[in-house]
Amino acid sequence: MDFSYTETQDMLRDTLARFLADTYDFETRKKMLLRPEGRDPGIWRALATELGILGAPFAEEHGGLGGGALENMIMMEELGKVIAIEPYLQTVVIGGGAMKRAPAAMADAVIPEIIAGNAVLAFAYAEPQGRYDLANIRTTAKADGAGYVLSGHKAVVYAAPWATHLLVTARTGGSVRERDGVELFLIDASLPGIVRRDYPTVDGFQASEIYFENVAIPGDAHVPGGIDLIELLADEATMAICGEACGVSRKLHEGTLDYIKQRKQFGQPIGKFQVLQHRMADMFVEMEQIASMALMGTLKLDLPAAERKAAVSLAKAKVARSINFVGQNAIQTHGGIGITVELAIGHYFKRGTMIENQFGSADFHLGRFEDLTLAA
Amino acid sequence: MHLDFSPEDLAFQQEVRTFIAENYPAELRGKQDEGDELSKEDFLSWHKVLAKKGWVAPAWPVEYGGTGWTATQRYIWSEETARADCIRLMPFGLSMVGPVIYTFGTAEQKAKYLPRILSGEDWWCQGYSEPGSGSDLASLRTKAVRDGDHYVVNGQKTWTTMAQHADWGFFLVRTDPDAKQQEGISFLLIDMKTPGITVRPIITLGGEHEVNEVWLEDVRVPVENRVYEENKGWTCAKFLLAHERTGIAGVAASKRGIEKVKTIARAEMDGDKPLIANAFFKRKIAELEMDLTALEFTELRSLAGESAGKGPGPESSLLKIKGSEIQQRLTELTLEAVGHYGAPYFRGFGDGDNEHPIGPDYAHRAAPTYFNTRKTTIYGGSNEIQRNIIAKMVLGL
Repeated sequence: MDFSYTETQDMLRDTLARFLADTYDFETRKKMLLRPEGRDPGIWRALATELGILGAPFAEEHGGLGGGALENMIMMEELGKVIAIEPYLQTVVIGGGAMKRAPAAMADAVIPEIIAGNAVLAFAYAEPQGRYDLANIRTTAKADGAGYVLSGHKAVVYAAPWATHLLVTARTGGSVRERDGVELFLIDASLPGIVRRDYPTVDGFQASEIYFENVAIPGDAHVPGGIDLIELLADEATMAICGEACGVSRKLHEGTLDYIKQRKQFGQPIGKFQVLQHRMADMFVEMEQIASMALMGTLKLDLPAAERKAAVSLAKAKVARSINFVGQNAIQTHGGIGITVELAIGHYFKRGTMIENQFGSADFHLGRFEDLTLAA
Repeated sequence: MHLDFSPEDLAFQQEVRTFIAENYPAELRGKQDEGDELSKEDFLSWHKVLAKKGWVAPAWPVEYGGTGWTATQRYIWSEETARADCIRLMPFGLSMVGPVIYTFGTAEQKAKYLPRILSGEDWWCQGYSEPGSGSDLASLRTKAVRDGDHYVVNGQKTWTTMAQHADWGFFLVRTDPDAKQQEGISFLLIDMKTPGITVRPIITLGGEHEVNEVWLEDVRVPVENRVYEENKGWTCAKFLLAHERTGIAGVAASKRGIEKVKTIARAEMDGDKPLIANAFFKRKIAELEMDLTALEFTELRSLAGESAGKGPGPESSLLKIKGSEIQQRLTELTLEAVGHYGAPYFRGFGDGDNEHPIGPDYAHRAAPTYFNTRKTTIYGGSNEIQRNIIAKMVLGL
């Protein structure tokens, strides 16, 4: 057993952290959100070309740095520390994860484009009726000659307004909620018949409702692997946002600690009050457990499916509960100023809140864990 | 001791229901259903209906325009308005400065201000908190210096709710800088149109403009606008805070909130069943009802004490703590219930913007409301301060 990072991993973290410290301060981020596209595309370009780190989790044969899930966790933690509005989760973690398991022709074509910063992928998996069940899918992909015809409605697709490619889950057969028949497709985001309604999200991102209106897609858009692959991708994404939660919670804690040392009431810094000291200690305890669970789940992503799912679900359930605690108490301890858009703390709180339910709430994941491990 | 309503109470309940059904402004109902932010006119439309009927200030003594209702009737009233999802009336005039004026004010002040509070002619705001004085309110530094028959006021207030609409504000100001903190404060009524007042918006996490900063620069306030004695304003402030706390429990509104959560949980699907069939989710609703019922009966016991002549005392802190926590849990449960559709940010209907919000109607304010409702454990004396009050005033620690 060894919990130490390699020199390369340390370097990756330092490189990204230094770059974000220079480019992603709170005021600059605010301005990015006000741009028509809701982000500064120059940042993504710089991550790809100047820093050359979008290849972190890809094999060297594709031009990557040879890393994997741990590298994604490191990247997500650092991005979380600045609540970055960048499509790393969607493009590199999920999209890249799919491409690593895709047929060679597709992988060879797409991965280098991801690493170069040219391809932005979005994961269109959720549906209005489906909650967190990945097999609860009504969108259909009907075989049509050599290709398929895609029809249906995908909900809340993060990063879709920027995407060059969409990674879509759709049903080639079976009924809603059946595992068999759910398949994954990688398609050009500008195909005729794709209708998007774009909007900002409450945590500062951009997303879309996507309507596929009889979209003709080629046969080689299919990424084989079915629901098993889709679940693996969702588990990897889940652990990536747990990594992000580490970064977000560290900033929530740090910001609150700074604040209670400075803010004076009743003639002393409020950090002198024992009730707030204990609260900060409890937040610290929860924050450390987020880090522990993010690491645990990430290290277990390679296990056989049942063990992997159980580990990821425990991790996500705990992270959801803990970031809820850290976020709510960060705001409470700040008082009124914490509820305004003026301080960064509230923006970390918003992202932390959205992480709670993204890819499944605490209840959903505890339920999945019980189903997998607690049979009567 | 019993819980039954008398035949008179039942008749009153029916009268209230009929009145609301026939008089609640229809255009208000539409806006509430759409989740739109309400304008000053919206707030006033219901206020004015009630003012006309004479029901706008049930808690006031009859001689000043109260209804003379029994505690049970007042309970029925708050139950029925919540059940019908009527909007909350702005409390700054009706529940805050009004009671201060009829309790501590001069005959002239009562005659001048109370009728205009009842009619809705004057919109009031509360100048209490300052950037450096939140929980430690008594450390406030906005100062008022006597100059003939005026005070000259300088300073800055913050978290001033709805000050952008206000005609009048009630302000705590320091009139004696040398006295002990609580003993040098006076309670002033200030016309918000007086030169030297600047109101600046503060935008909160859900995107709302509810609160403001208020800057006062050489604002001249007639001495006759002071309520109660000079340097005795803290007495009014404490009285007002205790009044603010009882209303803050919001039992009837939370009951309505639970019904809304149930409606959402019946509409949202969880696999092949509605979410309300999910054992975990159902249990959370049940636990919320349990805590709300405990709060309700605590409030009823407190109200019974009040009708027996005891004013709202430090135990109202209990109502504030539990009431605010329940309000927050309701928004948390709502956000959980709406699933993916908690994420889209709906900015409200701007000018010429008639696109329908993303997702189900009940979903698009779920996250902003959750963010915004974090305020309830902070305002009106933070819950930490409420616990201090219980520890000190009730438990004698």
